[in-house]
Amino acid sequence: MKRIAAALAAAMLCASGVVAVPVAAPDQAVIDGTAMPAKLSEFALFRAGTAQPIETIAPYMLNTPLFSDYADKHRLLWIPVGKKASVAEDGTIAFPVGTVIVKSFGWSDFNGGHPVETRLLIHRADGWLALPYIWDADGKDATLAVAGRRVPVSFKSPDGQAHSIRYAVPNKNQCKECHSKSGVLEPIGPKARNFVLPANFASRYFADPAALKPVMPRWDDPKSGTVAERARAYLDVNCAHCHNPAGSASNSGLFLRWTDDPAGVNYGIGKRPTAAGRGSGGMDFAVAPGDPDHSFLIYRMESLDPGIAMPEVGRSTVHKEGAALLRQWIAEMPKASH
Amino acid sequence: MRFYDVPRATCLSLVAAMLAAAPATAKTISVSATTPDANEKLQEALILAEPGDVVQLGAGTWKLTDGLSLDVANVTLRGAGAGSDGSILDFSGQQGAGEGLLVTSDDVFLTDFAVLNTKGDGIKSKGADRIVYHQLRVEWTAGPKETNGAYGIYPVESTDVLIDSVFVRGASDAGIYVGQSKNIIVRESTAIENVAGIEIENSYDADVHDNIATKNTGGILVFDLPSLPMQGGHNVRVFENDVRDNSTPNFAPKGNIVASVPAGTGVLVMANRNVEVFDNIFDQNGTSNVSIIGYRYAYTDAKYQPLPRAIVVRGNQHGKAGFAPAFPGGAEMAKAMGGSIPPILWDGTGDAVVNEDVGVLSLNLPDLKMPQSAAKPSLVSLKGTAPAALPGVTLPASMEAKVK
Repeated sequence: MKRIAAALAAAMLCASGVVAVPVAAPDQAVIDGTAMPAKLSEFALFRAGTAQPIETIAPYMLNTPLFSDYADKHRLLWIPVGKKASVAEDGTIAFPVGTVIVKSFGWSDFNGGHPVETRLLIHRADGWLALPYIWDADGKDATLAVAGRRVPVSFKSPDGQAHSIRYAVPNKNQCKECHSKSGVLEPIGPKARNFVLPANFASRYFADPAALKPVMPRWDDPKSGTVAERARAYLDVNCAHCHNPAGSASNSGLFLRWTDDPAGVNYGIGKRPTAAGRGSGGMDFAVAPGDPDHSFLIYRMESLDPGIAMPEVGRSTVHKEGAALLRQWIAEMPKASH
Repeated sequence: MRFYDVPRATCLSLVAAMLAAAPATAKTISVSATTPDANEKLQEALILAEPGDVVQLGAGTWKLTDGLSLDVANVTLRGAGAGSDGSILDFSGQQGAGEGLLVTSDDVFLTDFAVLNTKGDGIKSKGADRIVYHQLRVEWTAGPKETNGAYGIYPVESTDVLIDSVFVRGASDAGIYVGQSKNIIVRESTAIENVAGIEIENSYDADVHDNIATKNTGGILVFDLPSLPMQGGHNVRVFENDVRDNSTPNFAPKGNIVASVPAGTGVLVMANRNVEVFDNIFDQNGTSNVSIIGYRYAYTDAKYQPLPRAIVVRGNQHGKAGFAPAFPGGAEMAKAMGGSIPPILWDGTGDAVVNEDVGVLSLNLPDLKMPQSAAKPSLVSLKGTAPAALPGVTLPASMEAKVK
């Protein structure tokens, strides 16, 4: 009965088209418009003058997240009232027009924990749009920076090491470098296999919430999977958005999706460098089984030199813990017999 | 926008002349090298440009810390020249991005500027059809060093590529590298002191002509490699180039395929079909003027074709060659043959026709699994009937109009 009543209420809301709800909601007209608003506050995703999200927008998590210089990330998803997302066979999520995916980056020990930047992915009628906003120092609002910017930040990583870096807020094109499938912008984080949404939002946002099956392990939780499984999850999330046949690194022939054959040459196993240049580090193979010190995949992960480092954008520090996981994965592979 | 300078009257006629399809609102966005935050302003201009627009780089040296990118179709990026008094994008202090400039949109025209000392590649274009690189300089100014970036000019996964009148120096892989692309012309350009001067890899239908390739490790390379999305390279013509004194010791980082190129290589054809090498001028290439070889590494890709097939060499001018063959056993072969080996070198795999009056040295290694140490060099004749000549590459008129 309850469910029917709720459905009826929702249907009436949609039918009437009148916003009679007393709770705050994002400004759908701004989301659906054609402008690139100069201020983040224009979207009304956050409580006025703060970086606190409004209550009607869903926080979500990823089992294994992308590494971004040890930043704490807060992820939000907004789907317009009355619209639903759906999960495709391959686990990708189709979000309706009017959706906004929000990701804020900050460090708890930097600038009082105020976020440094918030990135929006907005699904408009003509496709997805990526917009980077940089927060003002007082943390009250953020300003559009389509060309990106380097922001000096200092923080401590989990091992206690202090870092002072010029953190790179990506520009609009760099957003697309990762968020690109056959040259068209699209979301990369939310995939059914990695996506964790609170149950109340899952039923509000998804036609079939049971289709959200976050089977991918947590990269840093040994209870959630074997070393190889966690390494594959890490590669999927940190590399495969470019390293897939329709991504920005398609020409490399190195494909690192969760669904790719982890024993194949196209997964890097015994794969010679293609256009790696200095990225090869004088080594013959991306992954030399049993030998992480001669696997240039590791060499590139552990480098900060722009001519060597992978990923090419979004990283000004080495993810030691991630590299250690991949080292262990390679070390545990049986060495090639020849 | 406050940083825009819009001399509409002059620019409109210019744009209209160059871009037939340019909308009437096309404008010129000028950015100055001396503006504060020049890096961000230039990147902003490249993002906010609309199809048909010209982004005009002011003269002077731009000190850039982050790679630039362009993802808007039909935009011209034009500088005040590629020389020392032109528009110089200096990436000596680069902190991020895998290249100096990345283009990912179609119908882009890059002209009259220089890109110096990038940490990775110089200018890369990916999935950028009908791109024109014209009167550009990409250079690592300290000369050959292993720490230089890999590729100078680097179009990949594109259809219709024109590289015209560019200068590249110091690339630790290839100065001009065209990969996994179709319908390509590289002409009137100079490649000096790179590992590979010009390289056409895993590509179809390319004309490489009227270029100067000198003091590289290898002058002009035509390669096909396994385990890549596009392979089966074919229909490449290398003609009327000046390929001389490619004597720079190989300085490529090990592991990369070009690290295996012997110093003193003029033209090297590996695992391709229908490649024509004709009417070039060769001189002072210590290993060989033309080498024809198979891919001799292990591979698991069942679709890959490792042999050179239907390679044609004819009508070239051969100066001194083969006097310092820099492959294992080469020196001994030269000594046994009176000081130098013949100007054309074949590993004995696949098939080639050489209708020239100079000698051809076969290493007689017809099985790709045979190690180079098993070579039994002998002089051979590869004279014969060549397959029908390739028709040559024609690019869309809109591209040729840009460089007229």
